[in-house]
Amino acid sequence: MSRYTQSSYMQTAQAKQFESDALKNYLLDHAYDEMLAGPGDLRPHYEPLMEHFSSLPPNELQRRKQAADLSFLNQGITFTVYGREEGTEKIFPYDLLPRIITSAEWATVERGLTQRITALNLFLKDIYNEGRILDDGIVPREVVYSCKHFRRQMQGLQVPRNVYIAVCGTDLIRLENGEFVVLEDNLRVPSGVSYMLTNRRVMKRIFPQLFHRYNVRPIEQYTQLLLGTLRSLAPEGRPEPNIVLLSPGVFNSAYFEHAYLARQMGIELVEGRDLVTHDNVVYMRTTNGLRRVDVIYRRVDDDFIDPLAFRGDSILGVSGLFNAYRAGNVTLANAFGTGVADDKALYAYVPDIIKYYLSEEPILKNVETYLLTRKKERQHVLANLDKLVVKAVGESGGYGMLIGPQSTAAEREEFARKIEADPRGFIAQPTISFSRAPCLIGDELEPRHVDLRPYVLYGDKVTIVPGGLTRVALKRGSLVVNSSQGGGSKDTWVLSQ
Amino acid sequence: MLSRVADSLYWMSRYLERAEHATRLLDVNLNLMLDESATSADRRWLRVLKALGNPKDVEWKGDPYALTRELTFDTSYKASILSCIISARENSRHVREQISTEQWHQLNSLYLHATRPGMQNSLYNSGNNTGTEQPTEFLQQVMEAVHQFQGVSDSTMSHGEGWQFIQVGRYIERATATAMLIEAYHEELWGHIDRPAEGNEYLDWMGLLRSATAFEAYCKVYTADLTPDRILEFLLLDEKFPHSLRFSIDSLQCALEAIQEDSGKSRAEPLRRLAGRLQASLSYTSVDDVMRVDVVGYLREIQVQCRAIHETIYELYVDYSIQAALAG
Repeated sequence: MSRYTQSSYMQTAQAKQFESDALKNYLLDHAYDEMLAGPGDLRPHYEPLMEHFSSLPPNELQRRKQAADLSFLNQGITFTVYGREEGTEKIFPYDLLPRIITSAEWATVERGLTQRITALNLFLKDIYNEGRILDDGIVPREVVYSCKHFRRQMQGLQVPRNVYIAVCGTDLIRLENGEFVVLEDNLRVPSGVSYMLTNRRVMKRIFPQLFHRYNVRPIEQYTQLLLGTLRSLAPEGRPEPNIVLLSPGVFNSAYFEHAYLARQMGIELVEGRDLVTHDNVVYMRTTNGLRRVDVIYRRVDDDFIDPLAFRGDSILGVSGLFNAYRAGNVTLANAFGTGVADDKALYAYVPDIIKYYLSEEPILKNVETYLLTRKKERQHVLANLDKLVVKAVGESGGYGMLIGPQSTAAEREEFARKIEADPRGFIAQPTISFSRAPCLIGDELEPRHVDLRPYVLYGDKVTIVPGGLTRVALKRGSLVVNSSQGGGSKDTWVLSQ
Repeated sequence: MLSRVADSLYWMSRYLERAEHATRLLDVNLNLMLDESATSADRRWLRVLKALGNPKDVEWKGDPYALTRELTFDTSYKASILSCIISARENSRHVREQISTEQWHQLNSLYLHATRPGMQNSLYNSGNNTGTEQPTEFLQQVMEAVHQFQGVSDSTMSHGEGWQFIQVGRYIERATATAMLIEAYHEELWGHIDRPAEGNEYLDWMGLLRSATAFEAYCKVYTADLTPDRILEFLLLDEKFPHSLRFSIDSLQCALEAIQEDSGKSRAEPLRRLAGRLQASLSYTSVDDVMRVDVVGYLREIQVQCRAIHETIYELYVDYSIQAALAG
């Protein structure tokens, strides 16, 4: 008994020591902290994590970090950086500490995302058919029709099950009060889901006991759910649909993900040159002749997918694919023209869209957004460029952005000029501090800004695997989480109770 | 299986076989030139070029090391060893999800080793063999890596259609290369059959056999007693030796039949006829028959047949016309 008490006491002392050592650079600011409610005040769902880490011998975290890196390298989860003569492969930056989300927090996120994707899907159906929401003046026509990703060709086209957005990855951030809000909808070809899956696989190998201690909801079923979603969207009368994944090819930076998903789903990975169309039917070239294709999970942008219907200079696409799609002989997931609903100017109208179609209040709020086509808002933005974030509406991946507080006077002038010339081309938002989560930097824990991208599937019904990709801005103070700009990722644990 | 995948696997395999063959040819000749022999340097290295199909833009200028360097590392020459390794690896990258992780690992390591910065300079400095490593060490490493890749392929990849295309690529390349190799030596070995032996041809004959990894295997059958007609018989018609033409064509035919079975193809008739005829011509002939008629003509005919088989494979499985496929 006494020994038990003593060891327990030892452990607490050790834990305290570890905490004060590991957290000596862990400084809170006004951003929401995922782990600490206040200085030294651990949130309950992070307690087992800190307890576990404090029981590890010194340098053990570093050792496991190396084991994780090696595991990524061996699995070939790498980016290839090509030089002229020799290639080098880099692993996707990865943080060892899981980001933990309670079941109550997740329940809200799940309901909110389901509501949002349902409404956005109804919106796409509406604007490509009757256009009621435009007639009723809820969304101005010019916002829709001036959108770079609006596709006239989709007008009046019946898509299977009326599902336009089969796969979506919505970027969420947490405000200072801890509330999840939507930063951006990705409705075209969202990527990153392979990192969500491989992060989990590695974490389970590196921290089995800790993982077991938390009741983490599984995500491994994602590929099966994706396959089910794609199958449910097959054209009528094709009970055993042939489903393929269309990739731009080996030079695309997401090629690893394409190959990974195809392998996990057991479907063929095809490129544009593998497909041909004849009499509005799509076939793939096999050694056994042509084989009909029914569903295409496409990871190629609208612009490049059919040189006859869209960009004529595309060599990634399949001539005649769009006509086959119009004829209803093949399903594309996602449909063409979904990009109109993730336009950054349209984003400002999403709360109204939800109310219009569902007669519900939005569960997940938007970030406050200034539309620069409105004179008053534009003047306000131009006067406060140093405090705001300006984004080009048609861009993604962190490109075409001005972060006011971190910008130079010259950059602000340049953006002011661009805004005056093309007010429809930009929006502005207040600079928001994303929430911060603990990361292992060297031997110490330091807070870094994070976002969350859950993946939503929409076939028979809306399904969301619990969690998503937590992206981390690994540079101190940085708010940019995109992997192309120094971001990394961490595993996301959604607890079952 | 997708036609593009079959295409990539086939070429991955052909390029590796090509790299292995060139590597061995250079290694053997670098080694044999150290001994005094009847063969002048000119004759030896021109013969090497001939065995490689007299590549355009590669010239013998009198320096064996410069030539070796060019044939090994010059990437503007598309059949240099390095070019072949790069092409093989590039093809495998396109079908990364079709081959096993072990295969990828093996091929990728070879690629990373061969393209390592400074690799060339550590082997050859300014044309002289004054580098810190011997070129033969590098050539040995390449050969070993290719052999390991073949072993890993056989033991980790399903022996389905994809694996069969790898076999097809390997043996069609090997048959062509062996035929060219024998042809390059023909003039000296069998051109003047009545001329009495000068006594030091032995090294040349050994060189020919070793260029096809055949020396030890030959000795097991005929002992170390090297004679031109037996060498020809062995390289051409031996049933059991993996680098003989007969063995290569048998293996090619076997893989093609497996593919026809897998893809259940009735229109494979022209291919079956073509490969079967070539196989029969090797199975039911004797070295005397060949020598009586025309050795060079016979070897050339084999190369022509191999090319025709290659073209028919492409017409059938890879590059077929859409119209024909829809009609069939």
